[in-house]
Amino acid sequence: MNSWHLIVVVVSYLGLLFALAYWAEHNKNNKWLNSAWIYALSLAVYSSAWTYYGSIGTAATTGLQFLPIYLGPVIAFPIWVLVMRKTIRIAKIHKVSSIADFLSVRYGQSRRLGALVALVLILGVVPYISLQLKAVSETFAILTGNNINHSVSPLYDTAFYIALLLAVFAAIYGTQKIDATEKHKGIVFSTAIESLVKLFFFLVLGVYVTFYLFQGPSDLFHRMENIPYFENLITLNNESAGFNWFFAIAMSFFAIFLLPRQFQVTVVENHNENEIKRAIWFFPLYLLIFNIFTPFIAWAGIITFGGASDPDYFALSLPLHQGNTFLALLVFVGGLSAVVSMVVISTLALSTMVSNNLVIPYGFLNKFIKEAPETNIAYIKSIRRISVFLVIVTAYIFYKNFSVNVSLVSIGILSFVVVSQLAPSYFLGLYWNRGNFMGAFMGIIAGISLTAYTLIAPFIVETFTGASHQFIELGPWGISALRPYSLLNTGFLSPSAHAFFWSMIVNFSVYVFFSLTTKGNYRERNFAELFVHNYRLEKPDENGYVWKGEAYVTDIKALLSRFLGPETANRELAGFFVRNRIDPKTEAADARLVSFSETLLAGSIGAASSKILISSVVKEEQITLSEVLGILEESKENMARKRSLEEKSRELLVISKKLKEANLQLIFKDKQKNDFLDTVAHELKTPLSGIRAASEILIEEDDISESDKMQFLTVIMNETDRLSRLINNILDFEKFSAGRQKMHFERNEIKLTVDKSIASIKQLAGNKKIWIHKKSFDTIVLEYDEDRIIQVITNLLSNAIKFTEYEKGYISIDCKTIDRNLELTVENSGKSIQQDDLPFIFDKFYQSHEQTTKKPVGSGLGLAICKHIIEEHNGNIWAHANVKNGAKFTFSIPIKQPIV
Amino acid sequence: MKPKILIVDDEPSIVMTLEFSLKKKNFEVYIARDGNEAMFVMENVHPDAVLLDIMMPNIDGYETLSFIKNNPAYKNTKIIIISAKDKPSDIEKGLALGADRYIIKPFALKKVITDINELLNL
Repeated sequence: MNSWHLIVVVVSYLGLLFALAYWAEHNKNNKWLNSAWIYALSLAVYSSAWTYYGSIGTAATTGLQFLPIYLGPVIAFPIWVLVMRKTIRIAKIHKVSSIADFLSVRYGQSRRLGALVALVLILGVVPYISLQLKAVSETFAILTGNNINHSVSPLYDTAFYIALLLAVFAAIYGTQKIDATEKHKGIVFSTAIESLVKLFFFLVLGVYVTFYLFQGPSDLFHRMENIPYFENLITLNNESAGFNWFFAIAMSFFAIFLLPRQFQVTVVENHNENEIKRAIWFFPLYLLIFNIFTPFIAWAGIITFGGASDPDYFALSLPLHQGNTFLALLVFVGGLSAVVSMVVISTLALSTMVSNNLVIPYGFLNKFIKEAPETNIAYIKSIRRISVFLVIVTAYIFYKNFSVNVSLVSIGILSFVVVSQLAPSYFLGLYWNRGNFMGAFMGIIAGISLTAYTLIAPFIVETFTGASHQFIELGPWGISALRPYSLLNTGFLSPSAHAFFWSMIVNFSVYVFFSLTTKGNYRERNFAELFVHNYRLEKPDENGYVWKGEAYVTDIKALLSRFLGPETANRELAGFFVRNRIDPKTEAADARLVSFSETLLAGSIGAASSKILISSVVKEEQITLSEVLGILEESKENMARKRSLEEKSRELLVISKKLKEANLQLIFKDKQKNDFLDTVAHELKTPLSGIRAASEILIEEDDISESDKMQFLTVIMNETDRLSRLINNILDFEKFSAGRQKMHFERNEIKLTVDKSIASIKQLAGNKKIWIHKKSFDTIVLEYDEDRIIQVITNLLSNAIKFTEYEKGYISIDCKTIDRNLELTVENSGKSIQQDDLPFIFDKFYQSHEQTTKKPVGSGLGLAICKHIIEEHNGNIWAHANVKNGAKFTFSIPIKQPIV
Repeated sequence: MKPKILIVDDEPSIVMTLEFSLKKKNFEVYIARDGNEAMFVMENVHPDAVLLDIMMPNIDGYETLSFIKNNPAYKNTKIIIISAKDKPSDIEKGLALGADRYIIKPFALKKVITDINELLNL
């Protein structure tokens, strides 16, 4: 492929990424941009060119050793979620902009520790970036068919220009805000997109190689069986390989927490804790999918080329070998994506550390105190931008001078070992409040020294002499126990595992030793308490900070203005006063304001610088450690008391709410009872009134015709019947309500029961000339109280008769078994039941509002009693909805399984 | 001219006995079974007195009472409530709405006749 064509492709792709970042920066509130998917995808910045090309190389040369780099993060993930949730909380409260700042704050806003961590990470990550540049340069050469020529002058080296473009990208979108904890939406969005691109093109390649060039995994496997060393590639064949595996997993376990680019996307760019939930499953899944094809591509490379091609670049040489330049180009773009995201995010993270933890705290504080806000802001941004270019240029120089002859993986591993040196300070610092500055500082120094001796020094020696050296073979002064690859004769480990093992042991031990034997200052202990105890992380807590001395609001305000501008400074302070309910006219500043101001500046110039600047305008008294602990204990008790008070008041609220409800229910029940009694009284008095009036007429009137006399005597008789019916119903209903009604369950045949019911009501139907039609009737035998069921059927039938027109209407009764239930339906023509009435129709004394004409004969308890009876049979009774020109009632009772 | 009496009640036995007694005493009797019918009869007949039940379907006695009392055309119409509701609060409510008498069921026909005569100054 022509170099110029490829350059056009590269520049266009980078242009596209610039455009994406530009769009994201100008649409900050876009829904997609702020979704948890973007967050989860951006975590995949973990997969760099090392993953993309190097894993295939590892799989082809050392077999399963390519896996730990993914297994580490996958194993770490459950723990990762817990640790990261805590870290994110702390980082937000203290406005932490990088892992260097994080550790600096934890160990007492220490300037020295922040600087040390920044240096360690530069040492660890710059070679890692150089590795990416190397990958770009070499893949560019492979694709254009040129020889890889590392001695070419930078002016003719594409990798150099790509590096510069990436620096411009990082500088533009990484340093727009002076506060480094502000979100970099443009960079994160383009990273997320790159994660998709690299995964997609890698999968395309995998499918192409596995299923197009070969006939699937089993085909590859069979062909590989002829290769003599295949066995070594698919097994861990001895103990040392097992150890190497274990330590490689541990290393990448730490890396997922500590790599600056991971800390950047996970912590600094996090919007809210919920985003972690998406990442929990998505990120491990992403890594898994990424690796499905890795061994197959590696095998395909071995089968195709034997030893004639660099295994690191099988991903390109396989499609090129088939003449498929287009696919090779896609793979190249995927690899470029991996490089770009890794380099940009790493550079952003490193430049923040260089400026906030190295340059500003050690070189610019005195200057800042004197200058105007605009100058300070311009200075801070310039420092960051220059740092960006410095990092990338250093990485390029490193690549030119060191990494030329080294495989992608070995430099990556070196980075991991170096970065792991922060593990004791980070993990123990989060969960052990005795861990102090001296422990962290000495631990890192010791760990780095050992790494330097066991890994970096031999690496340099080998790079420059090109061969093994007496120093490595025999040890210094010929002491074999001190051989850099085999301390105390542990040379059975691979060099990286060996370095990792020894440096970690020493680092952890030194950390614990110094933490236990030295007494840190009170500030360290203060932050230790703030970090370790979860209850202090529930919300931003300015009360947890212990500070005593003399300070004035005006001085602090003036200082804040120098960095934030007077407007922002005033606004932030006003917010602080309101939040803490402090009179804004207060002159003397207290511990809370000092803590607040330190945090406010920390995002822009780092925690240590911020503390130094603030302390230049306040007069702090020294406090003893025991005093700090006393105050912290007190504030802890206060918090606990406050919390228990809050809990009590919440409980009280709940109880009072319950009481109110209970009271309402009592009132309701009482009212129901009263209503019931009222209605009963009314229902009893109505027939009594008729009897009373009719009797009065019969007694008083002398000249009364025989027919009138008969009429009033009939009234008396009918109303008396009505009274006794009513009384029976009321007694029935009361017994059912109180659950005192005894049921007599016996085996009966429903057909006979229905006949009995119809017989008892025949007279009534005959009077209205209505025919009761019996529909399908199977012989169903089941257990029920026959008298009560007759009562129900009669009630339903007499209701039906009541509402059916004279002579014209019809009534039908139907009986079926449905799902081991007996269902009996009574249907009649006539007026429909109003939809509004349906839910209440079985309530006692419910009368439809639509019921006109004269009041139907009935107690108002009939259906309510039916409902009770059916419920005693474990059944249901209901009126059908949407019946046109008529009414339809059904009850169902379960037919019990006969005992076999 | 015979005084006109409107009976508003949904109980056939009560309507029947009241109607019989009043006719015997030479009143002209009209019957309504609920509030709706009562209003219809009122408009067409303009009775001198109304015997009004409270618990009726659709429009109850209280509503019917308010309707009558809010129409100036019926300001001379006498209202006697005849109801089974016998709580002091029920009676108060009825009288407050403008009823002239309140008779509790079961009632004496004699008492009804006396009250009508008194109210109509017969």
